[in-house]
Amino acid sequence: GDIAFRFINYVCSVRERQLQQKLKHHQNLSWQEIAESYLEDKFKSLGDSQVVVCDINKEMLKVGKQKAQQLGYSEGLSWVLGNAEELPFDDDKFDVYTIAFGIRNVTRIDLALQEAYRVLKPGGRFLCLEFSHVSNPLFSRLYDLYSFQVIPVLGEVIAGDWKSYQYLVESIRRFPPQEEFMAMIEDAGFLKVDYQNLNLGIVAIHSGFKL
Amino acid sequence: GRARLSHTEPRARDGLFGEEEEEEEEGCYQLYPGHIPTSPLQKALLAAGSAFMALYDPYRHDMVAVLGETTGCLALPNLRDKMKHHPEGYRILQERPRIRLSTLDMARLRGLPDGSLGREYVRFLEDNKVSPDTRMPPKFVDDEELAYVIQRYREVHDLMHTLLGMPTNMLGEVVVKWFEAIQTGLPMCVLGAVFGPVRLSARKLQVLATELLPWAIRSGRNASCILNVYYEQRWEQPVESLREEIGIFPPP
Repeated sequence: GDIAFRFINYVCSVRERQLQQKLKHHQNLSWQEIAESYLEDKFKSLGDSQVVVCDINKEMLKVGKQKAQQLGYSEGLSWVLGNAEELPFDDDKFDVYTIAFGIRNVTRIDLALQEAYRVLKPGGRFLCLEFSHVSNPLFSRLYDLYSFQVIPVLGEVIAGDWKSYQYLVESIRRFPPQEEFMAMIEDAGFLKVDYQNLNLGIVAIHSGFKL
Repeated sequence: GRARLSHTEPRARDGLFGEEEEEEEEGCYQLYPGHIPTSPLQKALLAAGSAFMALYDPYRHDMVAVLGETTGCLALPNLRDKMKHHPEGYRILQERPRIRLSTLDMARLRGLPDGSLGREYVRFLEDNKVSPDTRMPPKFVDDEELAYVIQRYREVHDLMHTLLGMPTNMLGEVVVKWFEAIQTGLPMCVLGAVFGPVRLSARKLQVLATELLPWAIRSGRNASCILNVYYEQRWEQPVESLREEIGIFPPP
């Protein structure tokens, strides 16, 4: 959802700038004509860009929709209930597929990657943001200490829920490290696969193209 | 504290395995249902966090419970030993009675004569709209018998209210906490007793300081260990007689 909002913001701002550029070149337009061209583009401030937000959990979708409403996003967004291992979309449909902190919770990651490949258009890009592994030994020990000693305590004190946060830090450790995940993405057919570490590897962004 | 790494297969929740697996943490297994083994560092963090949260949001009863469990490492063995060396307390440790709606015969208790422990206990529950089933089960006590001791202490709390004649408002709770602090020595009770009054009005503070506290303290010191009373076998006993037997002075 949040990524969808950022995408929409970006498209809108790019089109704003394009519109401004266009108007700059037409110095002798009347106020009427200027107003009209703004109105026209307001309706299509996104142009043909669309975002589909998909989640397996209805409640998550509900929260996303509420947030979108609160923030004033209305057009270009659709919300679909679906399973990443079996997406309810046709082949070759999307230019970009993004998944943030979601793929860790998928039972068969390989299936999710295959589905991502299937629904992307040729030339489309796969982007995954996920917890990953810290290779620096000292930082890794500090990170482990914080993860296992502090996070479940915070979960208990703030949310009254130790077990969910214990599960969280364990599931992070179970997820394949950067290189292994990169190989899995290549296995699904993606090319030019690469990754970028954030915060020394606590989080990584993996990218691949369907070519 | 040491960094703790899970060396065995972590508990599976995503359906990979057939059933939940017991997890080995800190070298010990789950000692009782609901037990979460914790390292000393985690206990310290929990104690600090729960103390802060309990003061910040008084409706977080679970935090009061966690505070009691994480700080009771000296007081709980003490209480257990007191129970072991007393005939009635010893029987309680053996038989492990639980005070729960499912184990109480509410109709029978309601039918008992006024002034009896059972009748007054039910009256207390109804007047204050509380239930014995809202007591948290222990999670962070690393000894199965001590877990029962703290559970017993929690379930007996409402009977303390009944014996002391104190309602469940802030003032009443503070008075009971003072009594319990002297009786049990649990740091959580001491903290509650000391910091609870912070939320009281000046008028109530005055009543507390001049009448209720001196009586509660005297009673607490005079009374025998309240965990050594098999309350479930004394429902018919008049409250006044039980007070006298334990050593609680009549409330002001």
